[in-house]
Amino acid sequence: MILNASGCLDALTAPRVARSLDAFVAKTITPEPRPGNAQPRLAESDFGLLNSIGLQNPGLDVFYAEVLPLLEELEMPLWISVGGSNAADYARICERIGERDSVDVLELNLSCPNVDPAAAGAAEIVAACRAVSGKPLYAKLSPQLPDIAEVATGVIEAGASGLSLVNSLRGLVLDEWTLEPRLARAVGGYSGAALRPVALAAVFSCYEATKGTVPIVGMGGVQSGKHALDLIAAGASAVALGSVLFGDLEAPERVRSELEEEARARGFERPSEARGAAHQPFAA
Amino acid sequence: MASPRRESRRISGSERIGMYTLLRLERGGLEPGLPGQFFMLDVPGHIVPRPFSICLAEKGELAFLVNPVGPATRELCELKRGQTIGLFGPLGNGFRTDVERPLLVGGGIGIAPFPYAAQIMGNPPIVLGFRTRRQAEAAKLIPRAEVCIEPQLVTELIPEGPIDVLACGPEPMLHAVRALAPDAQLAWEAPMACGFGACYGCVVEFEGKSRRLCVEGPVLNGRPPVLPLIDDQEEEEAGS
Repeated sequence: MILNASGCLDALTAPRVARSLDAFVAKTITPEPRPGNAQPRLAESDFGLLNSIGLQNPGLDVFYAEVLPLLEELEMPLWISVGGSNAADYARICERIGERDSVDVLELNLSCPNVDPAAAGAAEIVAACRAVSGKPLYAKLSPQLPDIAEVATGVIEAGASGLSLVNSLRGLVLDEWTLEPRLARAVGGYSGAALRPVALAAVFSCYEATKGTVPIVGMGGVQSGKHALDLIAAGASAVALGSVLFGDLEAPERVRSELEEEARARGFERPSEARGAAHQPFAA
Repeated sequence: MASPRRESRRISGSERIGMYTLLRLERGGLEPGLPGQFFMLDVPGHIVPRPFSICLAEKGELAFLVNPVGPATRELCELKRGQTIGLFGPLGNGFRTDVERPLLVGGGIGIAPFPYAAQIMGNPPIVLGFRTRRQAEAAKLIPRAEVCIEPQLVTELIPEGPIDVLACGPEPMLHAVRALAPDAQLAWEAPMACGFGACYGCVVEFEGKSRRLCVEGPVLNGRPPVLPLIDDQEEEEAGS
């Protein structure tokens, strides 16, 4: 299963690309509109891209009334990414969006590096959302958590159905001559190839901690089928594409076919059979 | 309007023009689009492509004016004839060129869309401003243009009276142009990772609203956006 990482594709400007995915993950919605951060918002670094968008979005009401109906016209599985500054914010969005049959999954963005973090703990937010919605809830976690596996088991106990691993890492790029930060907000989210081993480690340890019983969307620097297969072997049940989509509109189809080939080359009939291959078998 | 296409193209020439480089590519079946529209050019070894206005669209060729401001643009300037690069476009919204009393106003690298615009519009009046004499060498791309160098500002060359301004240049220049010609069509610039509305990197505030320059611009006050950009229809057209 190949998805996009939230915030890395707009299905309304590029429906053909969205349709080449198994599900479309919308950009994070917050209760109120957010204008996003000041320019500049992007800077390339060695091995990755730094962004500081700041969860720009039209807010829940406009999204619900104007954007969601257009996304529904795509007639494909929709995942909606949910943000906020406290548990009540997240719950409010989950309750409202969760009532739509068209929405398959609510992904809780518990880890945006470009906004001030929610004061509430991840498990508290998940529990508040679980109380108001029966939809599958995926918790998107930061790779900077000191013990991501502990947080992962906490959110699962609180009612999360799955995990999205990982969001970007905090990074800084300086101008080569002035030595000032390239981004207006100085620090931004670092994604791309450099995130790959970080994402693999997060997926690996969360798969182990949840004993392979929880669906995991692996993401971070996936550019090829082999990168996707690595995440699946570490424990991912689905893979999301992020910054690769910016320069390669054919990436979903390419990664999917490369993934099948790479899995077959290693004796797996289907990529899903490789899930957890990086782990020793669990003791019975 | 031409649908954007992603293609690989051979470099047919690369020439220094003052501090800029004019990168010429074989056009093949690519449509140049409208003046003010842009292409995303892949840069070998870099993760995301970079946006460039279409500068010239002579027979069989597309040309882009590159300002070497960082590692990626410096590498583009070093590419040699015969090498191949990927590009994607035309993207964004271009200038309305069917205006009655046109005046083209360019500042610095903001001259980039105007050689092509001048060709399409039948040599309208053009004023160009540059910081340095070396930058100003780019004015040879538009031989009939009136040119000034700082401390004189390009806005001093804008005549009074009713005119339809098409402008491209640094943000302070665009604000100054707008103060003189409130209905001016302005081409803005911001870092961009995708060119098709995905990354929200190129958002600017204009008339109280956030605009993604890649889909609603780069020319604001120009043509209305045409969405969606990348649809199934495009495949059918490309395949026909």
